[in-house]
Amino acid sequence: MRLATLLQHVTGKKHPPTFTGGVHPLESKSLTAGQVIRQFPFAPVMNIPLNQHIGKPSIPIVREGQELARGQLLAEPDGFMSVALHSPASGVIKSIGLMPAINGNMVMGIYLQPFPGSTQEVADGKPCLLAQASSDEIVQAIQMAGIVGLGGAAFPTHAKLKAPEGKSIDTLIINGAECEPYLTNDYRIMLEQSEHVITGIGYLLKATKAKRAIIGIEDNKQPAAQRLKLALQNEGADFAANISIELVQTKYPQGAEKTLISALLGKQVPSHGLPLDVGVVVVNVTSAAEIGRLLPHGRGIQERVITISGPGVKKPGNYQIPIGTPLRFALEYVGVSDALSQVYLGGPMMGQALPSLDISITKGTSGFVAFTNEQTRSKKKHYPCIHCSYCIDACPMHLNPSQLGILAANKRYQTMADQYHLMACFECGSCAFVCPSNIPLVQQFRVAKNMIRKGQAEQ
Amino acid sequence: MNTLHKTLQIKTSPHVKAALNVDDIMRNVVWALLPTCAFSIYIFGLSALLSLVIATFTCVATEHVMCRRSGKTSSIGDWSAVITGLLYGLTLPPGLPLWMVVMGGVIAISLGKYLFGGLGYNVFNPALVGRAFLQAAFPTAMTMWGPILGTDRFTNVPSSLFALPFQIPSYQSIADGVTSATPLALMKFDQQLTESSHLIFGVTAGSYGETCGLLILAGGLYLAARKMLNWRIPVAIFVTAGAISAVFHTLDPQQYPDPIFTLFSGGLMLGAVFMATDMVASPMTNRGVIVYGAVIGLLIMVIRNWGGLPEGVMYAILLANALSPHIDAMTQPKVYGSGGKQIGRNSP
Repeated sequence: MRLATLLQHVTGKKHPPTFTGGVHPLESKSLTAGQVIRQFPFAPVMNIPLNQHIGKPSIPIVREGQELARGQLLAEPDGFMSVALHSPASGVIKSIGLMPAINGNMVMGIYLQPFPGSTQEVADGKPCLLAQASSDEIVQAIQMAGIVGLGGAAFPTHAKLKAPEGKSIDTLIINGAECEPYLTNDYRIMLEQSEHVITGIGYLLKATKAKRAIIGIEDNKQPAAQRLKLALQNEGADFAANISIELVQTKYPQGAEKTLISALLGKQVPSHGLPLDVGVVVVNVTSAAEIGRLLPHGRGIQERVITISGPGVKKPGNYQIPIGTPLRFALEYVGVSDALSQVYLGGPMMGQALPSLDISITKGTSGFVAFTNEQTRSKKKHYPCIHCSYCIDACPMHLNPSQLGILAANKRYQTMADQYHLMACFECGSCAFVCPSNIPLVQQFRVAKNMIRKGQAEQ
Repeated sequence: MNTLHKTLQIKTSPHVKAALNVDDIMRNVVWALLPTCAFSIYIFGLSALLSLVIATFTCVATEHVMCRRSGKTSSIGDWSAVITGLLYGLTLPPGLPLWMVVMGGVIAISLGKYLFGGLGYNVFNPALVGRAFLQAAFPTAMTMWGPILGTDRFTNVPSSLFALPFQIPSYQSIADGVTSATPLALMKFDQQLTESSHLIFGVTAGSYGETCGLLILAGGLYLAARKMLNWRIPVAIFVTAGAISAVFHTLDPQQYPDPIFTLFSGGLMLGAVFMATDMVASPMTNRGVIVYGAVIGLLIMVIRNWGGLPEGVMYAILLANALSPHIDAMTQPKVYGSGGKQIGRNSP
């Protein structure tokens, strides 16, 4: 038992539920938490990759030189593990070809040139109304609206809503934890689009046939919880009675699917399993809001809310930004410090450092954080592992990062996977964050996983 | 439009880092030891000051020389040698000749730490290795206890400190010329109890730093509050040793002392709070350290009750240090979602 839990029993003060493990990085959310969502202008050229989600790339249905209205379909889903893509602005297709992606590869995408003076007007499609639509129709509408996990994973949302034969979905968890430092986009959505969130949950409840929905929110975002409660009271439909709002402790990585399920339901998702195995589906709160906002009008995602923050940015804030906006344009618009040295897509705990500014905002981009020389100047001293066990206490998957690190240094990759459950690691970075010896644990684990995958591929 | 051109650095996540580094932890342990050192100087005077300084200097210098001789950069900046030096100094009996202090310090760092690969790789607590060596090599000198609160302790240094190497030290000059027995020895050999308040406030004979249990506990609390010490280790030791001594005390109050005496006499406090909690030589999991603490508590009581020596903390901790890799292997965390499977035992 932890000392904190013991104190809780003594003082009788009840804390919100949480998971075992985790860390407390500096939240740094105050930079942007108070900033209302502002509309971003159109870039001179939008770079829209065809694969903005996990699964197969969408198939373009437009040709070069074609003129498009804002919100018009650009590409169709290629099978079930794929979603539709919509035009972020009214404009003309300049070309369809290769463009740089975050991982340094070149990927297929559409270059769209918005018309000068292009308006924010969006073309409506065939509406999918909550009262009339069937479960299957909603799932299809979600796919055609191009909705993916907007928290960053970009897993096609519709693909997890149908329980396979023999399984059923009991609880729908709406993930409003937003545990990454700096990011406040989910928080602003919950504050400003609470009605959309509730409507979206209505669609999701109907699609999944779940009995109840729980919105999990970290207790550093109480205003959002209160705003959602109000929206819930104002919602006239029956399904509102099945929605509850629960606070969870502010702790990283509370927003990971498995840790949120542990905190809210006290259940563990089996290793190598899915939340479905415990009758749960987890959907990001922004994805739910988009479903509630887009489906009644038959629209698709053409823009999303991102947080642009960090010490390297002059005007940090939350922006409604068209999909495909080049990062360079976005950074120019918000202004960057001369000392800018690193930009991360996502938060600083799991975010990927950008190789260049040529990539564009995709559906999975929840924000970016810019650091200056001040933050990135390396003053870390490296030491051998002193067995402090901070990493063991921090690992939300209850692994032994210290031992894994020692095995990785000795290139014993197979042992790491076979006996030390390396594959359960989702690279949240908690171990490397707390390590007083500054051992690059996450990096070692990534290398080990790649080596194991390579070995498996060769066999 | 002037386009933004920036050269970006690429690094892997996480991009933020907790502020705590190894040297911060080590420095804090040193701060936590300072009250104990100060009290030691207060009751033993110049001899304590001299011995602690020499012990620390020897350990730091040995580490520096060893690193340099093996072509590495010196690792004294991590402050761990300072801790070893201070802890080693605090376990020594007052009046111990300084050449022995130096010798034990060299052994502590070279055999106890550097031989295994330096910081992070030592199997045993280096300070205790140094002390164990002295105990084996100079059993008489290691059981001569200088008096406490001697009237001339701040003006005179006992001549025994300056004994020449391999000469029998003269204890004549020590205050009244009599060496005192420790509470444990009094108990074991004379069935004579020491008053509890003397034990708790540290006004008894004993090693330089083991006498004042209260200050040691305060240092431990400071470290535990900053999560630089696993509080489960001392608590497990206290509970085990306390429970065993309570049982025997009830059975035979003449032969066996009560739990308060047990906990506050000898090196138990110092050992439980500062020696057994050495991160490198103790197990890593929270279940593991409880087993480890219980083993230490049990061994202390076995040695004290039935061994030939009045004190057993040092050997109890060294034995448990040797056990800790095995305790670790048996108490690995249970992987999330594996239904209680333990790491290293079963394949996933």
